[in-house]
Amino acid sequence: MAKRSWLALFLCAALVFTVVGCSSATTKKGGFAAGLVTDTGGLNDESFNQSAWEGLEKAKKDYGVDIKALESKSDDDYIPNLTKFAREGRNITWAIGYKFDKAIPDIANQFPDAKFGIVDSDLGGKIPKNVTAVTFKEEEGSFLVGVIAGLTTKTNKVGFIGGVTSPLIKKFEVGYIAGVKAVNPKATVSVAYAESFADAVKGRSLAQSMYNNGADIIFHAAGGTGKGLFDEVKTREKGKYWAIGVDRDQSNLAPDHTLTSMVKRVDVAVYNVTKELKDGKLKPGQHVVMGLKENGISMADKHVSPDVEKKVEEYKQKIISGQLKVPSTEAELANFKP
Amino acid sequence: MQQLFSRMNKMSTFLASLISIVLGMLIGAIMMVAAGYNPLEAYNALFVSALFQPYDLGETIRTVTPLLLTGLAVAIAFRTGLFNIGVEGQFIVGQMAAIIVGLKLPLPSGLHAVAAVIAGGLAGAIWAYLPGLLKAVRGVHEVIITIMMNYIALYLSNAVVFHLLAPGADSTEKIPDSASLRVQWLSDLFGGARVHLGILIALAAAFVMYVLVWRTRLGYELRAVGFNPLAAEYAGMNVKKSVILSMMISGAFAGLAGAVEALGTNGYLPIMNDFTGIGFDGIAVALLGANTPVGVILASILFGVLEYGGGNMQFEAGVPFEVIRVVFAAIILFVAANIVEKIFHSRRKKGVKTNA
Repeated sequence: MAKRSWLALFLCAALVFTVVGCSSATTKKGGFAAGLVTDTGGLNDESFNQSAWEGLEKAKKDYGVDIKALESKSDDDYIPNLTKFAREGRNITWAIGYKFDKAIPDIANQFPDAKFGIVDSDLGGKIPKNVTAVTFKEEEGSFLVGVIAGLTTKTNKVGFIGGVTSPLIKKFEVGYIAGVKAVNPKATVSVAYAESFADAVKGRSLAQSMYNNGADIIFHAAGGTGKGLFDEVKTREKGKYWAIGVDRDQSNLAPDHTLTSMVKRVDVAVYNVTKELKDGKLKPGQHVVMGLKENGISMADKHVSPDVEKKVEEYKQKIISGQLKVPSTEAELANFKP
Repeated sequence: MQQLFSRMNKMSTFLASLISIVLGMLIGAIMMVAAGYNPLEAYNALFVSALFQPYDLGETIRTVTPLLLTGLAVAIAFRTGLFNIGVEGQFIVGQMAAIIVGLKLPLPSGLHAVAAVIAGGLAGAIWAYLPGLLKAVRGVHEVIITIMMNYIALYLSNAVVFHLLAPGADSTEKIPDSASLRVQWLSDLFGGARVHLGILIALAAAFVMYVLVWRTRLGYELRAVGFNPLAAEYAGMNVKKSVILSMMISGAFAGLAGAVEALGTNGYLPIMNDFTGIGFDGIAVALLGANTPVGVILASILFGVLEYGGGNMQFEAGVPFEVIRVVFAAIILFVAANIVEKIFHSRRKKGVKTNA
């Protein structure tokens, strides 16, 4: 008898859950709607996911764009998350990070009427008709921080720490070296790769040996590995040893030792592309490259002296006007004459 | 009479699980109310969006597939009295082996997928052999070793991807279609979802477990060792062999789970920052399913629905996915603590007294 009553209880509960079922209604507004799917970093990663979301929030403020975000818990979630937005009929769905480079072509093929955007990948040049791919001219920003390093160094030795050897990180390295050499041909650049984006201990030991060998300024493009650089520079003499941050203003990691940071404006990119799609100015299926000219790259100034800043502004204008083309590969660097 | 009693007993296990589920969901509902969400709307979004559209149903089945296999893996080891926490690691090496065969062995279509799946199962079995051997020969506790081997598996897999399969990249290339477990008609049936043939492999594995454990002499020995290893040894059974074999079968199921997930769902192997969690969820599935094949099938369906529907719940009702993890945990707590059984027993005893 006792068992029966339990069963009855369960059935009642089940009934409640299913009956209430049919009432939900997600009404869609008539306006422009944008979705954003983060990679496994999540919305509060203090890096490009967060920055991208800030871009959409600005679009919401300025143009009343209806925005919504989904965080991916694992690689498995990329496709279902993108599908949810596509099915909802969002006007654009952003995939943040090159980790989506396998999911986006599949999903774009499956939903030919939906539009997508991907940040930090050009999909190997094969961009589907309904996808906008956004990449950045990292070499241009790296060139300018190279100029800053070349003019600021006292020892004529500077360093670069890369995450994983890849064409993307090479763009940082090559641009940086070109910038240093352009203003200070006597300076030498020592280069090391940690072969990891998450190994702060390795980052620190690389930074330590570079500083010990006479370098006084180190630029990194190494994600979490770069945190080790800031850990190391903090322990050294103020005003003599410097670190240069990447992707966002990293001066909070070592306020007195961060010379500057090369900032990738993912927020600007997401905002601009969303706006241009909304206004019909941009046709999907294109590769959008964000450089200094497009405000896709900027410098976070911290301890740069006014004289150096003047010089940086000069080079910046030269790059924007097209007078100076910054190399992005080693082959281009070999032929580079400032 | 005896039969009736055992049937009633089985029924009560099933009921106990059901009640635990309802209680777990109630706890989740209370949490949602406390946090200012509407639980009815949330659960509604969860179930409706997990089951009522072809695409979602397909994705739910895709989520269920590896959970079913890892659940079986935990269950079969448990039948021999072994607590295989290493399902996660065996899952990862299964994934890795399947992708290696998928990428590096040029085989004809059909045969390629079969070879990759078998490679995954074998890798899992080998990965579980070591803890089984150490347990049998040296008496080292399998929980300790399997936990540690999870980490070895994770970093081994990352190292293989990084140094051998995809130098300088974040994940491997996609496997060719010949090694994929996805078939067009099945995807089309479910509105383009990533449902794949792995579900058939998983169901077959459940059947294999049933036959093996309850219909063969080997299975009888495995269970006997699980009930009482000393008695089993006294009865002339080879306990060491049983322990090693049980671990290897368990590992093979876990490896199969990794293989079907890699070959069916993603088709590539990324560098992983953390465990997938599918192996650990298998422990919960086995526990809720009372270590029986049918129970594991039902439990994996429930967890699959919660897992996939939970994402939709976040999307449609704005309730964070973490709530679903709380529901998971609460269900497991109720099952593990046997709270429902306690209530049953006290009632039954009372009933007996009044009858007398």
